[in-house]
Amino acid sequence: MRLTIADLKKGEKGVITDSSSEDIPLKLLEMGCLPGNEVRLLQLAPFADPMYLNVNDSFLAIRKETASLIVIEKIDE
Amino acid sequence: MSKQLNVALIGNPNTGKTSVFNALTGLNQKVGNYPGITVDKKQGICKLSRGVKAHILDLPGTYSLNASSLDENVVIELLLNKNDKDYPDVAIIVSDVENLKRNLLLFTQIKDLKIPTILVINMSDLMIRKGITLDIKLLEEKFHTKIALVSTRKNSGITELKQLIESYKTISTESCLDTTSIDEDYFESLQKAFPNQDVYKLWLVITQDANFGKITRQELDVSKFKTKSNQELKRLQQKEAIKRYQFINAILKEGQTIDRSKATGLRSKLDRLLIHKVWGYVIFFLILLTIFQAIYDWATFPMDLIDTTFASLAGWVKDTFHGGGMVTDLVAEGIVSGIGGIVIFIPQIAFLFLFISILEESGYMSRVVFLMDRVMRRFGLSGKSLVPLISGTACAIPAVMATRNIENWKERLITILVVPFTTCSARLPVYLIIIALVIPEGSIIGLSYQALTLMALYLLGFGMAIFSAYILDRILKTKHKTFFVVEMPNYKLPLLKNVLITVIEKTKTFVFEAGKIILAISIILWVLASYGPGDKFNNAESYIETTTHQTSYERNDQIAAFKLEHSYIGIIGKTIEPLIKPLGYDWKVGIGLVASFAAREVFVGTLATIYSVGSASEGENIDTIKTKMANETYADGTKVFTLASGISLLLFYAFAMQCMSTLAIVKRETKSWKWPILQLIGMTAIAYICALIAFQFLK
Repeated sequence: MRLTIADLKKGEKGVITDSSSEDIPLKLLEMGCLPGNEVRLLQLAPFADPMYLNVNDSFLAIRKETASLIVIEKIDE
Repeated sequence: MSKQLNVALIGNPNTGKTSVFNALTGLNQKVGNYPGITVDKKQGICKLSRGVKAHILDLPGTYSLNASSLDENVVIELLLNKNDKDYPDVAIIVSDVENLKRNLLLFTQIKDLKIPTILVINMSDLMIRKGITLDIKLLEEKFHTKIALVSTRKNSGITELKQLIESYKTISTESCLDTTSIDEDYFESLQKAFPNQDVYKLWLVITQDANFGKITRQELDVSKFKTKSNQELKRLQQKEAIKRYQFINAILKEGQTIDRSKATGLRSKLDRLLIHKVWGYVIFFLILLTIFQAIYDWATFPMDLIDTTFASLAGWVKDTFHGGGMVTDLVAEGIVSGIGGIVIFIPQIAFLFLFISILEESGYMSRVVFLMDRVMRRFGLSGKSLVPLISGTACAIPAVMATRNIENWKERLITILVVPFTTCSARLPVYLIIIALVIPEGSIIGLSYQALTLMALYLLGFGMAIFSAYILDRILKTKHKTFFVVEMPNYKLPLLKNVLITVIEKTKTFVFEAGKIILAISIILWVLASYGPGDKFNNAESYIETTTHQTSYERNDQIAAFKLEHSYIGIIGKTIEPLIKPLGYDWKVGIGLVASFAAREVFVGTLATIYSVGSASEGENIDTIKTKMANETYADGTKVFTLASGISLLLFYAFAMQCMSTLAIVKRETKSWKWPILQLIGMTAIAYICALIAFQFLK
């Protein structure tokens, strides 16, 4: 099954495998949402949207619909 | 001989770029506008040794050279145009020590433009606490640059930075990434098509056109070179980002070590509270309450002071230059009270920006955006719309300007369109006098009816903003995709100097930008009210009979009122009377309404003149105006101001678009007359209908 950032639970970690969807804003890529980088879900706003992430040493919030475009592999700690 | 060199300050948002700017220039700075757009252009002078002066330009914060907002676009436009008078001799990239990697992305892009570039690593005082060590020598060598470790908080490193600026000619201009390596075929053919141009520059122009379509000052015409679809271009941009990070990571691996166990966890502790599902909202609500309290309570004292000062100043002008005729009247009644009408808003605006800049500097604002995004989105807005909506309670002008960081055009447009519904401070004097007039005193469970009415009006304004956003969201069709990325910066204690400078700058912008228009309108109004056609205006004295038991003051008042009725503005009022009669207003209120289209706050002053309270009307005892208004009757003896007409008037003011300055700003921000005209017609129609229904039901 295809996992995306939107499937992460609070505190979980993953590594990005694909972020080539055309609908991902370039800004997000430039902030470090690129294949190979680790991403951790820090917190969720009510209704699980937006999502508060730590990726590439950056702390950022994105909407769930964007998060569901970034494909990851889960890392178990 | 003194010479000047151009320095551009560039960096990500939240890196303390503005602090570095303030440290370099002190108060030696000014804020202007870029031509044609309302992006603030901050520049200042920094004195170096031997009489050399550096002209420092603080460019808007950006994460990369690929612009996604108007503010960011300014950066790329300047850097692509060597003929711009501000084109930098040297660029300073401000990075914060914790986000070095991401900041270096922008750094490598600037380097590739072959501009001598200095890297400032700010907040270097945090290095030990965060467990970060840097091999500066190695980094300087690998990135072909000079590095200044700066801490604006501890005031260290600024002298070293100034020395680096002075010796900018020794800085290498070697690029970081070979652009051609992204896609050899493509870039080689591009270079062949424009053999004399730098390939990275060409690439930027091509992608900017594709992304943004707004490059206007470019030297290059690449429109003929179209070999890739936008989709393919984006793939190349992604590849570029990956390549840049590969380059950066390889160097940082050697030059930077981070001991992650040293991370203090302040962020997660505060986040746990401030964006908590319940407490987060409670805290935000309490902060909002404090802001409102400050704006409406604490600001009263300086506002009263300003009010009385200007009233006595106007009186002084009249007394001192007595007999000066028209000029004296123009100065006293037009200009002095016009300026007074602007200055009176300074305390509220200053308080508002004091709070907003503290919330932004501390990093809290991003948390509010995070908390509110989902709720706001339901109404076609963004979490980022909240700041403008709150600002709107002071004044719609800074609020419209505050929408700029909303990347999604549709959400930004809707925010701009609905912001004027929020109760701005100019409505307050109007509300106060009408409430005092028509809402009975007395209270329910300790809350006075009048206070409750005022609160209801605020809620109504906010409610209407949200409701119309919801409607607009359904109606407006745009091609723009939703796009929401918010950086959650570290929490930090706001620097007093930065906060104060922001407050001063924003207040100054308001006074001069909005002030110009308000002043002009005041003068026009004065002229319209002071002149009239025909004998009735020019020989008013002969139309008023002298009665024996009348003081000369009363007679003068009567003459003034008669003159006003037959002045140009009086004629306008009479003309629109049939239109406003169904709302319960007479022609005198009509004059107030017309005058209010310039700016709402002139309503009370205009009515004061119309109801002939006295010549030095502005700043007069409000009770006198109130008494006069309360006693105002129609010819048949029924009162003009009843509960029905009062509520109708309150609703009209709550919804109508009566602010030319806001319309002017909306035109500038949306670059089209379409939206302000829609706003004017739409809001005024809503106001008219609501007022009509209210009056007809309550009558």
